[in-house]
Amino acid sequence: MSDFFFGLPTFVQALAKGLAVVLVVFPVAAACSMAERKVCAWIQSRPGPNRALPPFLAWVPGIGIPQRLGLFQLAADGAKFLFKEEPLPDHVHKFYYTLAPVVAMVPAFTTVTVVPFGAYIASGGAVVPLILANVDVGILAVFAVASLGIYSLILAGWASNSKYPFLGGVRASAQLISYELSMTLSVLPVFLWVNAPGSAGTLSLARVVEFQSGSLHSGWGGAWFLLTMPVSAFIFAVALFAETNRQPFDMPESESDLVGGFHTEYGAFKWSLFFVAEYANMIVGSAVFVLLFLGGWNILPWVPLASMLRGLNHATGWALWLHPLVAGLVSMAIFAGKVLSLIFVFMWVRWTVPRFRYDQVMRLGWQKLLPLSIANLIAYTVGIYFLQG
Amino acid sequence: MAVIEVKRRALSLVERTYLPNLLAGLKTTLKHLVGPSETMEYPEQRPAISPGYRGVPTLVKDPHGREKCVSCQLCEFVCPPKAIRITPGSVAAGAGVDNVEKAPQAFDIDMLRCIYCGLCEEVCPEEAIFLQNQYSMSGYTRAEMVNHKDRLYELGGTLPDRHFKWEVKKAAEEAAGGHH
Repeated sequence: MSDFFFGLPTFVQALAKGLAVVLVVFPVAAACSMAERKVCAWIQSRPGPNRALPPFLAWVPGIGIPQRLGLFQLAADGAKFLFKEEPLPDHVHKFYYTLAPVVAMVPAFTTVTVVPFGAYIASGGAVVPLILANVDVGILAVFAVASLGIYSLILAGWASNSKYPFLGGVRASAQLISYELSMTLSVLPVFLWVNAPGSAGTLSLARVVEFQSGSLHSGWGGAWFLLTMPVSAFIFAVALFAETNRQPFDMPESESDLVGGFHTEYGAFKWSLFFVAEYANMIVGSAVFVLLFLGGWNILPWVPLASMLRGLNHATGWALWLHPLVAGLVSMAIFAGKVLSLIFVFMWVRWTVPRFRYDQVMRLGWQKLLPLSIANLIAYTVGIYFLQG
Repeated sequence: MAVIEVKRRALSLVERTYLPNLLAGLKTTLKHLVGPSETMEYPEQRPAISPGYRGVPTLVKDPHGREKCVSCQLCEFVCPPKAIRITPGSVAAGAGVDNVEKAPQAFDIDMLRCIYCGLCEEVCPEEAIFLQNQYSMSGYTRAEMVNHKDRLYELGGTLPDRHFKWEVKKAAEEAAGGHH
């Protein structure tokens, strides 16, 4: 099986891997929309969507559990978006109007390629990350491609040829550019620390996790960057909320003052593409946060994946723990658990905090977050200089 | 009234970061997240109806199972949206309803017109029409939404007579030795 796979031409392999990741991320992103509705409902002391059930499945015992969780509602909504009429308003710029949702999806799924999502232990004892493209540009590629995502909002807002979408597009561009600066600056200390003088320089996210995979006697190495750089993590998290257009920063949408913002004129499947792209961005953003600040696939600070698996091997006497497949699945489960918890936090914050006013968003971005991130960068640069000599 | 000067305390640095309030808010929402749902899941759970509720108007029978309505048509006249339509008829001899002379031949209430005001109940001299507990009326056609006489009695059933108009009168007559 694996021989057959590795015997295939490289581009077929890459295509298969890419397809596998998209086939996971797309449904998870869609499921997040249902999770959002349920979390919202629970926070508001409601049960949330819990009725939809195809009649031909009603006899299955225990079907009530997915029904109460709204899973069939999710399927029904998806089917509805696929089959309902695709309205194309008369006054839009048709080419760009159709292009915008595609432009939203492409960066959202492209960034997945450079994000590692697990690791396994090779026969030599080395921890090998699971990643589609383990390129050295890593975080730079994420930032570069993810920033293309705003073009979809601007394009949608402009192509709709209508004032509220236009205002939404303008807000989106201003907001995303403002917070991108703080986001990039907040990440720099991490890479300053990882790339000690003399070592080969890299911006790879897998290397950042490797750096956080030290055991107890390796001192700072095992600490997650959340512990050593809480301010960076905080700035990154706030900027992440702004970059993914989540409340309290959902200026481009702000349904109370802009109807629906940039997607006012959209309906049916095109609208749902924007929606899925937003959640895909959230997933990738949370994944990057987990990799940078929460130790990636390591279960606890100072407890790296390899020693956890070896410990389990000793404790249970079950050699299978070290098998690449099991190790890979365990690491992916830990990573997915962290990412999904972070997405829950996103939703939790959304249904807690009211939206900022637009001038507040700008003031927070330029006058508070940006100086803070610059000060943070300078402080850590000096600190790391003395630490690494 | 004296003017009360409210001292506005300057926010501390920590408060100005917006974080303590954010965390307090998150705590509140988390409490609701794990707390019970307040929603009544309607078709399975029904609300308790308090006495005096004005639901669908119905016709009721007295404790002897006799028709109370005497088709005086007061309700028809008082009904603001003209939802009630009565066709009066006479009581068949020997039907056991010898205390009255008339009964409705047909009694229709158009529930698409009814505004549930309860004036019919209030005006009825025989206490024959009551707005009871049923609050949900639905149908697929306009014709289905008109309650005919048999349906009105089916919905109304028999209510314990609150004032015993006829019984009390009869007892008083008997006590007086046949005099009114």
